Amino acid sequence: MSDIVHPALTQGRRLPNLWDAAAILCVFALLIGVSQVARGTFAPISAPGALEVNLSPANLPNYAMRTTMRMFAALVASLIFTFTYGTAAAKSRRASLVLIPILDILQSVPILGFLTFTVVFFMSLFPGNVLGLELASIFAIFTSQAWNMAFSLYQSLKTVPADLREAADSFHLTIWQRYWRLEVPFAVPGLVWNTMMSMSGGWFFVVASEAVAVGDNSWKLPGIGSYVALALEQRDILAVFYAIGTMLLVILAYDQLLFRPLVAWSQKFRFETTAGATATDPWLLRMMRRTRLLSLGADALGGMATALGGVPLRFLPGNRSAVVDQRRSRAVDIVWLLILAVVLVWAVTRIVTFVSGEVQFRDLWQVLLVGSFTLIRVVVLIALATLVWVPIGVWLGLRPVWARRAQPIAQFLAAFPANLLFPPFVLFIVYFGLSADVWLTPLMILGTQWYILFNVVAGAAAYPGDLQEAAQNFRVGGLLWWRKVMIPGILPYYVTGAITASGGSWNASIVAEVAAWGDTKLTAHGLGAYIAQATEKGDMARVVLGVAVMSGFVLLFNRLLWRPLYAYSERHLKLG
Amino acid sequence: MDTVVSQHALLEVRGCKQAYHKEANTELVVLEDVNLTLREGEIVALLGRSGSGKSTLLRIVAGLLEPTAGEVRWRDRPVRGPAEGVAMVFQSFALFPWLTVRENVEIGLEARGVARSDREERAEAAIDLIGLGGFENAYPKELSGGMRQRVGLARALVVHPDLLLMDEPFSALDVLTAENLRTDLIDLWSEGKLPVRSVLMVTHNIEEAVLMCDRILVFSSNPGRVSSELRVPFAHPRNRLDPAFRQMVDDIYALMTRRPVPSRTLAAAPSNIGMPLQRVGTNQMAGLMEALVQPPYNGRADLPALAAALQYEVDELLPLGETLQLLHFGLLEEGDMMLTEVGRRFVAAEPEERKRLFGAAMLAHVPLARMVRQVLDERWNHRASAVRFRDELEDHMSPEYAEDTLRTLVAWGRYAELFGYDEEAEQFSLEEVE
Repeated sequence: MSDIVHPALTQGRRLPNLWDAAAILCVFALLIGVSQVARGTFAPISAPGALEVNLSPANLPNYAMRTTMRMFAALVASLIFTFTYGTAAAKSRRASLVLIPILDILQSVPILGFLTFTVVFFMSLFPGNVLGLELASIFAIFTSQAWNMAFSLYQSLKTVPADLREAADSFHLTIWQRYWRLEVPFAVPGLVWNTMMSMSGGWFFVVASEAVAVGDNSWKLPGIGSYVALALEQRDILAVFYAIGTMLLVILAYDQLLFRPLVAWSQKFRFETTAGATATDPWLLRMMRRTRLLSLGADALGGMATALGGVPLRFLPGNRSAVVDQRRSRAVDIVWLLILAVVLVWAVTRIVTFVSGEVQFRDLWQVLLVGSFTLIRVVVLIALATLVWVPIGVWLGLRPVWARRAQPIAQFLAAFPANLLFPPFVLFIVYFGLSADVWLTPLMILGTQWYILFNVVAGAAAYPGDLQEAAQNFRVGGLLWWRKVMIPGILPYYVTGAITASGGSWNASIVAEVAAWGDTKLTAHGLGAYIAQATEKGDMARVVLGVAVMSGFVLLFNRLLWRPLYAYSERHLKLG
Repeated sequence: MDTVVSQHALLEVRGCKQAYHKEANTELVVLEDVNLTLREGEIVALLGRSGSGKSTLLRIVAGLLEPTAGEVRWRDRPVRGPAEGVAMVFQSFALFPWLTVRENVEIGLEARGVARSDREERAEAAIDLIGLGGFENAYPKELSGGMRQRVGLARALVVHPDLLLMDEPFSALDVLTAENLRTDLIDLWSEGKLPVRSVLMVTHNIEEAVLMCDRILVFSSNPGRVSSELRVPFAHPRNRLDPAFRQMVDDIYALMTRRPVPSRTLAAAPSNIGMPLQRVGTNQMAGLMEALVQPPYNGRADLPALAAALQYEVDELLPLGETLQLLHFGLLEEGDMMLTEVGRRFVAAEPEERKRLFGAAMLAHVPLARMVRQVLDERWNHRASAVRFRDELEDHMSPEYAEDTLRTLVAWGRYAELFGYDEEAEQFSLEEVE
């Protein structure tokens, strides 16, 4: 351990070195890029080139930058949301009565369906300015990221170990100190992991939200997504491949520069009492540690953050009488429940008047019908993906060397926005004149199948060696091996992956069931296509209906299939 | 230092009761009418079995729990919330895994808003005092259990508490490490180097209490109360092999195995099903009985000697002995354990016969087992939900005890083939019983 050196000894070495020169160049390039993006963002729509996209590959770096910045803006918003909403839900019993069910529902609502309306809303906030469009795009990404991050924080805050809580109390940590010294650190690993998953999903949304058409109006925010949309209109398959290549580089950079260092850093906060095998540090983290100026700066920032978390702030006066508290609390409870009831009644009347005015019973019937088409698609796709990826995942997972190689690749593929890959498929279907109902279907799972793969790899990699040896020793093979040995062991992992994959597929159906190549339009029968078409017509009522039914399908699917399966596997099949 | 006990009371606990409500009128009493006075300059042990409420009392003293009734006065002021000048050492160490040793030690100072330079100085002093020098920048997971508990101690000592609370501080450590920490701590205490005025520790280890403490409060269970108070007259350093030391350990064993004065709840009806069963396995019982039959015990063993030979803590041995006594396989008397005639027959028997004997003992002496079997025999499908038995148990004990009792009953019943149990459906049945 070369780390254990007295800090005083290292002070003298902290002069800028070659690594610093490289790092500084990177930082400045980043700053310049950000300022350019900012200039584009605050421009009025009428400004020359503000909403102009062209297919010259020379513009792609700039577009990639714009797209990435949207992504991170949404991430910041999601983090702010997480720390307020998640904390409020965990700290206030009353708030959690409302906040948690809302979060639960929001997680399964395909916000993509609402995209056009959020665009209209944000444009009305900043009339004639690009900022409105930008915010709409950021909001779409935000809605794909925030819910599970907030949920993760909430759950961590609720499961802080009792002995640490007592230790914090007995050493008189204030609420503020306890939050930053105990609760947030405890939540970090889960939060980082969920943030990463969110980011992966977010790329899909950023690409989808850049080119928006509402009724007769259409806007294209400069970015990779709008670049691809234009390429589709102009039937330029080469440009599509340029965009795919650029996105690959962007995701690679994001994976290497952010994902891996963050995950490695978050290991420090894992709540374990034994030193486990630690993976080698990713190269960026190593470089950060080698650069003297940067690490000095990081230390200073870290030190400031630490000091801030340590400020003994008190928000409530101590020594309150418990009895008075209880009586007052019951009164507040009643008031709170009354308020909730009023809000609920108001919401129900609003919905009833809205729906009864615009939508007929026949519509509901139709939506349910096309919904079941999409349901069949999702089920078939998940089954197919399972048949393909579970054996491969197990094979990889049981070979540590391969597992280590496969895991980052699968995570990488999950992050890649699958909608960029749609055009080649569409071209293929058009060229061979295939049935859209069948051949558009695989697009839905293109991006989400990887969740099944990398969860199964993780499960198989964690499978205990002695159980494998026992199975070998008793010559368990063939189908029996799958049925009795392997599948029960990886089921909890598989279910985790499959929930994500099926939820993502529902969402993807909104963009996958309708495709276009120039003037050729392909449409599959399904709920996704229904929502997409209603959106195109600007028919708010039918979009709401479609999205609501889709949420219902997702919720039912989760409650009736995945949750019970997960609970069962947790109860019976948990190893160790 | 330990002999100079001043008369000034630091801490006073009067008529302390801890109970929690089940339903409208039943309440579960964890602690009843506990009185305790702690003076400056003494180390006091709360000695008792798990479930005797001693850890609960410690948390009440620390201000982490509020007692249902009674008063806790710390330095002549009632305790409300975590008390100033009281620091605690945890059984599980309770270190923050993301903070280094130094940061863990500093946390109590930071909470008080002590300036950074001052903080570092005091942390360094505490770290050196407790023998952690060189480990300042290590994370807890890089340390062994003994070193981790030293961090726990340093973290408590750095705030210079008047009262140090320790909740079974050495029970998660191996024998040698625990002994090493105990002697280090006592040495520091005798030399007056510990920046504390008195120590209150919870333990279930009799020898530990006699080795370290000036006074021992022995707790009895169900509900928890102080059954006796002993003064330890020996000077530090104490010798475990000293005959007087051994005698005292023996005496405490006798105290703890004495038939408890039947408490009101249990005495009310001996056929009551609300009798908690301790989580003791049938293999353990059989093993203990086999050991007892053989020389050197030949049917009768001195408990401390038996505990040492089997490497059992009193906390493990006593439930075992009491369960044997409950089933009339054994007898506890004056710190000795004896095998009964049935017990001898059990040891001599073949597996099938053992099961029969065990089943008979269960039906005769465990009212709950009798009731379950009776219900099963009466039902046409010979199945009965466990929920109703659990509900009934929970009227008499805490949910955790009820759960333990039920699990033990299931394990015993399966062994004796009195009844089977379907975990998924939570049902007793006679299916696996021919």
